[in-house]
Amino acid sequence: MSEISAEQVAHLANLARIALTEEEIEHLTTELGQIMQAVEKVSEVATPDVVPTSHPIPLHNPLREDVPADVLSVEEALSGAPEHDGTRFVVSAILGEEQ
Amino acid sequence: MSDLIRLSAADLAAKLASGEVSSVEATKAHLDRIAAVDGAVHAFLHVNAQALETAADVDRRRAAGEALGPLAGVPIAVKDVLVTEGMPSTSGSRILEGWIPPYDATPVRKVREAGMVPLGKTNMDEFAMGSSTEHSAYGPTHNPWDLDRIPGGSGGGSAAAVAAFEAPLALGSDTGGSIRQPAHVTGTVGTKPTYGGVSRYGSIALASSLDQVGPVSRTVLDAALLHDVIAGHDPHDQTSIPDAWPSMAEAVRRADVSGLRIGVVKELDSDGFQAGVRQRFHESLELLAANGAEIVEVSAPNFEYAIAAYYLILPAEASSNLAKFDSVRFGLRVVPEGGGTVEEVMAATREAGFGPEVKRRIILGTYALSAGYYDAYYGSAQKVRTLVQQDFDAAFAKVDVLATPTAPTTAFKLGEKLHDPLSMYLNDVATIPANLAGVPGISVPAGLAPEDGLPVGIQFLAPAREDARLYNVGGALEALLVDRWGGPLLAQAPDLSTHELMATEEGVV
Repeated sequence: MSEISAEQVAHLANLARIALTEEEIEHLTTELGQIMQAVEKVSEVATPDVVPTSHPIPLHNPLREDVPADVLSVEEALSGAPEHDGTRFVVSAILGEEQ
Repeated sequence: MSDLIRLSAADLAAKLASGEVSSVEATKAHLDRIAAVDGAVHAFLHVNAQALETAADVDRRRAAGEALGPLAGVPIAVKDVLVTEGMPSTSGSRILEGWIPPYDATPVRKVREAGMVPLGKTNMDEFAMGSSTEHSAYGPTHNPWDLDRIPGGSGGGSAAAVAAFEAPLALGSDTGGSIRQPAHVTGTVGTKPTYGGVSRYGSIALASSLDQVGPVSRTVLDAALLHDVIAGHDPHDQTSIPDAWPSMAEAVRRADVSGLRIGVVKELDSDGFQAGVRQRFHESLELLAANGAEIVEVSAPNFEYAIAAYYLILPAEASSNLAKFDSVRFGLRVVPEGGGTVEEVMAATREAGFGPEVKRRIILGTYALSAGYYDAYYGSAQKVRTLVQQDFDAAFAKVDVLATPTAPTTAFKLGEKLHDPLSMYLNDVATIPANLAGVPGISVPAGLAPEDGLPVGIQFLAPAREDARLYNVGGALEALLVDRWGGPLLAQAPDLSTHELMATEEGVV
């Protein structure tokens, strides 16, 4: 299960939107294999009869009234953006030329 | 060295309340200390230029007769994982360099409302991923006990700041031990509250089901006083517990261990721990027993699977949380040569903005969540989480609190484990189970390991919502040990003299 190839790491990097270099992919392929081998230990006790836990403290999902609350102004929301036009975030083209 | 910086937060607060000392004087003393030693320690990423102004405002309000909280006027350092209005917040990452958030994290807001004075932002492993601060994009923090050694992580900056007398108090965050392990290696105190006890709003998320903000200090009472300031329900955090909390400071003041049942987790009292760490741990237990506590051995057979589960759950949650760093709303934007689509810009930005450990964990988490592997990895890790909780439930049916050494070794040398991720991950063996189960934990100084003269901590764990028990037992042990030592452990720390600072600047140390 823990056999991980460089092609897989390149695919994961693409899914995670990180333009890894060839060298980084090579390193991560080795490291990921070692780490996965270590964490596979969980399968020793994770038998079908055990119920999974996603959250440490049981809580209800609290909902509030759908009315405007104390939120950021447009100016505040845009204040850290690399590029904006005063009312919106500005990004580069969504589609490439061949799309 | 000014006496003001050696005072505990509680003692400083008393002098502020009586008018013997002004907040401006106290703040100035700490800013001077930062200027003198932080070149060597590197606990701070940013020093607050408004600190003296804030202090002067508190002094004015006090002079006008305004009713102020118990810690009003006391300076505090803030871990850079917490967003701060008007102060840069990077979470130790290049991708957020220079970003100034438009709002305060709830614990920061509460600290400000309590009249405390933020001194600045402290160093940390990038996005809190690490046990040494070596994964900070801005260079490591140095342990004030030995500048060649790690201050722990991820909150090494906050722990080093209080250990080096640069701040009496600090805020930290603990996802797998990032408050408690730095406390252990720096001879300081740190608490991870019950999950949901302190709001996570404005804490830059690492793993949302594990993260918890908490106090960092030199004494148990100081941690409790800060805990009382930051705890409580926050509608901005969906996982915030709505219950009212008892005063933690009262628990310290009433500290009494007679009849207290303390469980020693036998799986975390093994040969895998450094001899001096175990020695001080057992001496502490003997001292507590001599004062009326009952020491009981308990077993937690599933704790040995906790690290494996943690290193599946954490990367999975982190890979999702860190998707927000997309070069659109905040932080860095890197455009590939000749331009590119929004996705290419995103990928180039994340390649340039994230360090190696962050990339490693994002890729690991993306893999663990992939179709076809989800059940085998993430699903299995969530089952281990159930088993760890069952171990805690069984143990707390027999005892009031659990005790373990906080971490397996004293502070290791900077660089020693940097290129061996698996060995670095093992530092958290004793602290991770609490995060998986959501229960609170505290690390309190237990002495110096005889073999290397470096600080050792003892960890206490309590059932969820019973944080006050930690302050009771921690406060009692601290009083007994300080009495035995003839003063606080940090009084034995080396003086960070000017000579050492010059040597550091010249690159000798």
